[in-house]
Amino acid sequence: MSEAILKVTGLSKSFDGVRALSDLSCDLCRGEILGLIGPNGAGKTTLFNVVTGFIAPEGGKVSLKSTDITGLAPHRLANRGIARTFQDLRLIRQLSALDNALLSFRDQPGERLGNVFFRARRGREHERQNRQEAIRLLEDAGIAEKADDPAEDLSYGQQKLLSLVCCLAARAEVVLLDEPVAGIAPEMKEKILGMIRDLRDNGKSVVLIEHDLDAVMQTCDRVVFMDAGAKVSEGTPQEVRNDPKVIEAYID
Amino acid sequence: MEYLLHILILIGIYVILSVSLNLIAGHTGLLSIAHAAFYGVGGYVAALMALKFNSPFLVNIVCAIVLSGLLGALVGIPSLRIRDDYFVIATFAFQVIAFSVLNNWVSFTGGPMGLPGIPQPTIFGLQVSSQLGFLVLVGVFCALTLWVIHRIVRSPFGRVLKAIREDEVFAQAAGKNVAAYKVLVFVIGAGMAAVAGVMYAHYISFIDPTSFTVMESIFILSIVIIGGAGSLWGPVVGAVVLVVLPELLRFVGLPSSVAANVRQIIYGGLLVAFMMWRPRGFLGEYAFQGKEARE
Repeated sequence: MSEAILKVTGLSKSFDGVRALSDLSCDLCRGEILGLIGPNGAGKTTLFNVVTGFIAPEGGKVSLKSTDITGLAPHRLANRGIARTFQDLRLIRQLSALDNALLSFRDQPGERLGNVFFRARRGREHERQNRQEAIRLLEDAGIAEKADDPAEDLSYGQQKLLSLVCCLAARAEVVLLDEPVAGIAPEMKEKILGMIRDLRDNGKSVVLIEHDLDAVMQTCDRVVFMDAGAKVSEGTPQEVRNDPKVIEAYID
Repeated sequence: MEYLLHILILIGIYVILSVSLNLIAGHTGLLSIAHAAFYGVGGYVAALMALKFNSPFLVNIVCAIVLSGLLGALVGIPSLRIRDDYFVIATFAFQVIAFSVLNNWVSFTGGPMGLPGIPQPTIFGLQVSSQLGFLVLVGVFCALTLWVIHRIVRSPFGRVLKAIREDEVFAQAAGKNVAAYKVLVFVIGAGMAAVAGVMYAHYISFIDPTSFTVMESIFILSIVIIGGAGSLWGPVVGAVVLVVLPELLRFVGLPSSVAANVRQIIYGGLLVAFMMWRPRGFLGEYAFQGKEARE
């Protein structure tokens, strides 16, 4: 396996005495899809929140490409190449699907105030390129005909697709997906899983939180099973599936 | 005719105030009730400079914008770290402090006596002495303000503001420096409010602290809400309605002592009515509700 692009070591975090993460260490290798599974409250989403800077850990370290990024602000981490989706589908519901995608591009000079007035041409030129790219991404996701509709008018599955499009627009190297196929119709699910595999095939590294074990088994290269904030088992999907500790946890 | 021009000039001043507050409150979702304080800073800077140094109008206006903007940054940087209701309270506190300073620093601001005898503005040697001239001046600054806001709102910068208003977490995850955007917007709004203050001081030629109270802040916010938060023309409509409406009372023949109180009742009533039945105002795209209500 190639070198780790994202590495967490000894992460701890508790909420009101409940340990959400307890001395968790884990690596994400370049160009792999890592599945993160475990019961509710195992600390999977907390791990995402720590890695993306929304929650500060009490102990431990997060590093991206061997640079320490622990405790950086969310927008800085986003600009360093980490993109994420949210379990509760955060999109700007009043804005069009296209605008949501456009917001996700990281390098729009028109978003700087000075350029609004003094170098508007540069912003417009960039906007035109981003727009083309965004429309291409929406086409690939099969929701181009909804580009001008407010995001809230998209179906649940289409919104999940849109949040994935936003991650693609970010051109991030590391993509963290929180339950991308939960509650989705089967054909839409195949579409989304296909897009996730494409991400990997384009050299991105993906972490996938998912309760749908079939989806995890058929998509992930490696799986980590978490329980009570700690790593219980790690390996190929098959190995983790057959690990007695995992079986036990699921039977509980 | 004189009366009509007076009303139009007042509308112009309130358009500048409400359009700039709309950038802060309507487009970015930061409910500020400190706008009258920045309005007052503009007014006092212009008045003091004109009275003490007899400086030209355009210099006054630049100084007022810069000072008010700096003050906006000073207030914005700490208070924008807290959210929603707490931010409202922080701006309220600043508003109260600003009024107290204006009211009590007698040697500098004249205290409750105010500053009388502010000269008429001179632009490139041209003295604006007629009301018509003043209306043109206010009109120019109104148009300028609207143009600046229009440019901001239609740009990718403006799109980020909307994202911050609707979902800060999304904006952060998309790599936007939310805190910096908020402070910038607050500073721009403060600077524009100061422009209105300069206009007012030179127009009325007398200012005192009672023009820059919490009530005034709430009045400006009412214009934004009733006109329509988050739309370019909403506050313009709101300013026309809320400035003209109480004037109509005069023609009903109410004695002026009663009319002043009726005005407050009308504003209050309108605000309640709009919040209940038309929270987006006449033209707005954004309704002020708890974040929970929208999610």
